[in-house]
Amino acid sequence: MLEVSNLACSRGDHRLFTGLSFALHPGQIMQVQGENGSGKTSLLRTLCGFLMPDEGDIAWNGSSVSELQEEYYAEMLYLGHLNAIKDELSGLENLRISAGLSGIELGEKEAIAALRRMGLKGRELLPTKVLSQGQRRRVALARLLVSDAKLWVLDEPLAALDVAAVALIEELIAEHLARQGMVIFTTHQPLQVAGMEMRTLTLTRAGSGSRGRSA
Amino acid sequence: MKKESMFGLLLLVIRRDLMLAMRRRADVLTTLIFFVMVVSLFPLGVGPEMDMLRKMAPGVLWVAALLSSMLSLGRLFSADHLDGTLEQMMLAPQSLSMLVLGKMAAHWMVSGLPLVLMAPVLGIQFDMSAEALGILIVGLLLGTPILSMIGGIGAALTLGLRGGGVLLSLLVLPLCIPVLIFGTGAVEAVSTGLSVASHLSLLGALLVLALAFTPWVTAQALRISME
Repeated sequence: MLEVSNLACSRGDHRLFTGLSFALHPGQIMQVQGENGSGKTSLLRTLCGFLMPDEGDIAWNGSSVSELQEEYYAEMLYLGHLNAIKDELSGLENLRISAGLSGIELGEKEAIAALRRMGLKGRELLPTKVLSQGQRRRVALARLLVSDAKLWVLDEPLAALDVAAVALIEELIAEHLARQGMVIFTTHQPLQVAGMEMRTLTLTRAGSGSRGRSA
Repeated sequence: MKKESMFGLLLLVIRRDLMLAMRRRADVLTTLIFFVMVVSLFPLGVGPEMDMLRKMAPGVLWVAALLSSMLSLGRLFSADHLDGTLEQMMLAPQSLSMLVLGKMAAHWMVSGLPLVLMAPVLGIQFDMSAEALGILIVGLLLGTPILSMIGGIGAALTLGLRGGGVLLSLLVLPLCIPVLIFGTGAVEAVSTGLSVASHLSLLGALLVLALAFTPWVTAQALRISME
């Protein structure tokens, strides 16, 4: 379970949000909403430990993540704006390396199966620099298929994806939630997960100080 | 699905960086060619006085090695930073220091080891004796990994800065002075007939110190740079 209590975050002198509290239980999904610059990405990066919160605490299963460190990282998966794939390497190599970095030794067959499910059949061995933007995103998203992380932190997962791929991601998220996984994500596109209640967290900018509202 | 061990992760990072270097051979070659060029310019500029060249040789080779290892340092983390791989490395369930050590090791194999192998060939231009060449190689073998590791700290601190390359050299070069002194000292000791063991053991001690501390310091610097 992910618990955020009284979180405050700022970039430079600019206060993004204060007093943000919410909890995410197994099998729940939460969408972070807000206009550009309201701090959605900063919130997700704070959850990953890239940014230090000004105040407040983030707890995973009851212990603070700053103490858990690697134990927490083993149970979470972050997909940011950047795809974290290398142009020079093929989709297969990229997927096996990124799985390895997240602590999973991935066999070639499993990796190829994951890429095929992402709709990259026949392109597994091409260097990713010849792939389109959407196809590269699919290579990056293939990590979702091979990961055993409980918490998915997805920053704009649908950017550059076509309708079929969006449907596939919705399917993957539904499967993950059915396995008692947790998802927190941002998007500007509609994302529907069948049979799941979508919780929303709205970051609003009201004057200098802003608050997060959890519904 | 099997879990990666800490050692497995170290090997994975080394293998990955070597594979990337092999796909981008131009980067590797520029470092080596720079080294060869700088060293070869000295006999041309100074003139063919054997005594003077023999005396200069260790210093010239070591300074050139130092400068050419600076050249490739900027790339140590910047490519991974730009495409987001560095973020994923920080989220690895193993210690970031271990991954950093892997990257440093790969950096040395790609940009340090070729210099070590090339150095004896260039040493002949300076009429160095066989014994001096041997000590030069041993010194470089001990010293160039230290350069990669100290350089890693600088590369992490200057990550994402504009004009980081120059700043990186300004930060790292002073820290490399001890390596330069003991490295050239060892070769000079051969020609003056003194014992080389003291210089080489000091280099070895520096290497052990660097192995123990630089990966951790670099990992901390990377976390600061990510904010």
